[in-house]
Amino acid sequence: MALSSLFHAKAFRQPSVLPGFGLTLGFVVTALSLVVLLPLAALMLKAFSIGPAAFFAIATDARVLAALRLSFGAAFIAALVNAVFGLLVAWVLVRYDFPGKRIIDAVVDLPFALPTAVAGIALSAIYAPNGVIGALAGLFGLKLAYTPLGVVLALIFIGLPFVVRTVQPVLEEVERDIEEVSALLGASRLRTIFQVVLPNVYPALITGVALAFARGVGEYGSVIFIAGNIPRVSEIAPLLIVIKLEEFDYAGATVIATVMLLISFALLFIINALQAWQRKRFGNG
Amino acid sequence: MADLAFTLKPQARSEIGESRLLRFALIILAISFLTVVLLLPLIIVFSEALRKGAEVFFKAFTEPDTRAALRLTLLVAVIAVPFNMVFGVAASWAVTKFNFKGKSLLLTLIDLPFSISPVISGLVYVLLFGAQGWLGPWLKLHNIEIIFAVPGIVLATVFVTFPFVARELIPLMQAQGTAEEEAALTLGASGWHTFAHVTLPNIKWALLYGVLLCNARAMGEFGAVSVVSGHIRGLTTTLPLQIEILYNEYNFTAAFAVATLLAGLALFTLILKSLLEWRFADELAAANRP
Repeated sequence: MALSSLFHAKAFRQPSVLPGFGLTLGFVVTALSLVVLLPLAALMLKAFSIGPAAFFAIATDARVLAALRLSFGAAFIAALVNAVFGLLVAWVLVRYDFPGKRIIDAVVDLPFALPTAVAGIALSAIYAPNGVIGALAGLFGLKLAYTPLGVVLALIFIGLPFVVRTVQPVLEEVERDIEEVSALLGASRLRTIFQVVLPNVYPALITGVALAFARGVGEYGSVIFIAGNIPRVSEIAPLLIVIKLEEFDYAGATVIATVMLLISFALLFIINALQAWQRKRFGNG
Repeated sequence: MADLAFTLKPQARSEIGESRLLRFALIILAISFLTVVLLLPLIIVFSEALRKGAEVFFKAFTEPDTRAALRLTLLVAVIAVPFNMVFGVAASWAVTKFNFKGKSLLLTLIDLPFSISPVISGLVYVLLFGAQGWLGPWLKLHNIEIIFAVPGIVLATVFVTFPFVARELIPLMQAQGTAEEEAALTLGASGWHTFAHVTLPNIKWALLYGVLLCNARAMGEFGAVSVVSGHIRGLTTTLPLQIEILYNEYNFTAAFAVATLLAGLALFTLILKSLLEWRFADELAAANRP
């Protein structure tokens, strides 16, 4: 008994007749270590070498705080907008038939495929005061590009497919029977949708929104052209990292990057825990 | 009787569907939102590029710096995409065909680059290989240039596109299991033979799909490459960086002209991706995931 449990504790993998375990795992771990883990360790090591007092001083600098607030705040607002419209688009694509549906479905992936720099210059051309929508907004005295609002607009573009593509497959799986039952029991259509159909989709919706948010926080290319990059007003955290690097302020860049990574990982961890809790509660997901 | 069926059907439908008017309104709302938010930027790229006529448009591509940028972008993709393809296949083989300790940790680590800002992906290489970095003095002693040179651009691109192929293959190979490979081995096939004739045909469309997405990102990567490139014109600028340079010089038409190349690549990727999804939906387990 003791011997067999010892054997089990030592067995790194379950036996298999398939070959190539050592070769593939060896290659994967080596590549992962060299390409991803070693460079990340360099960042962590640099962060530790700065020392807590200096680290805190840089992290609480007014310009750094403003940049972090903008990156996280704009990503949050954009994610909320995408929660509403992403759900709408997913709903329309799953539930309704209309001409050109396949093309509309394919268009949703555009932000994944279009390079961020291309999106960036196109968005700033649209929302600038002389652009198609910028001019329209100007009639109402609203300035879109070169303000924090411009940052939000760019992040809405970047984040939308994350919400749609996470919600869509789950919405497809929802059984139509439960809607009939709900209707037979006398619930109105609206009540059926909000209390019977959508609760099945909420865990996926939260995941999609979280993915859009995480992507938005770190987004750089599509934002910097439209943001105007005014320090403390429309300067995002990733841009401030680039500025610090150009000034050879490696400590400054490291601190901002570390703070961003820590907040992002903490949020992802909370969201994972939230989802596990929801799966337990609703028994799906 | 026929009359009854005729009146019953629409009523039964309306109990679990929305009214025609609401349906119509929701479809129009969704399509208008997608048109303004997603399609308009694509249209603007082409209309701005052609604004001053075809001659100015084509002249942008005769610029030596732009040609150098195109060559560098292709070179980077030619190195980074095959590497990540091999990595993706190896990772999915190890993860889906075997059970071992630490598997979920490995999966998390493979996905890690997705949750890191591109700028930070570039920064970590500067801190490792840059002149002030941990390995900087050693590299300088041996006359090896990584940061502000092509190797850094390749590394940063590999980093940001690292999970693409693996993410497409893992769910599919997980679903396929190991029975077919075991049968081939039992019948006397060698390991490589089994992989080439049993596994590969099963995953070829998902592999193509992953490579396609990986390539689109590799050629279009901006943030990470921008940090490690140093923006040396004609030497370390890729197409996205060239777009930035032209745009910041107020050479808008040329910037948008170069952007049409990448927008064209994006359109090509989307069309091929959609064709793959329509034809081989069941062979792409991850088709509906971001």
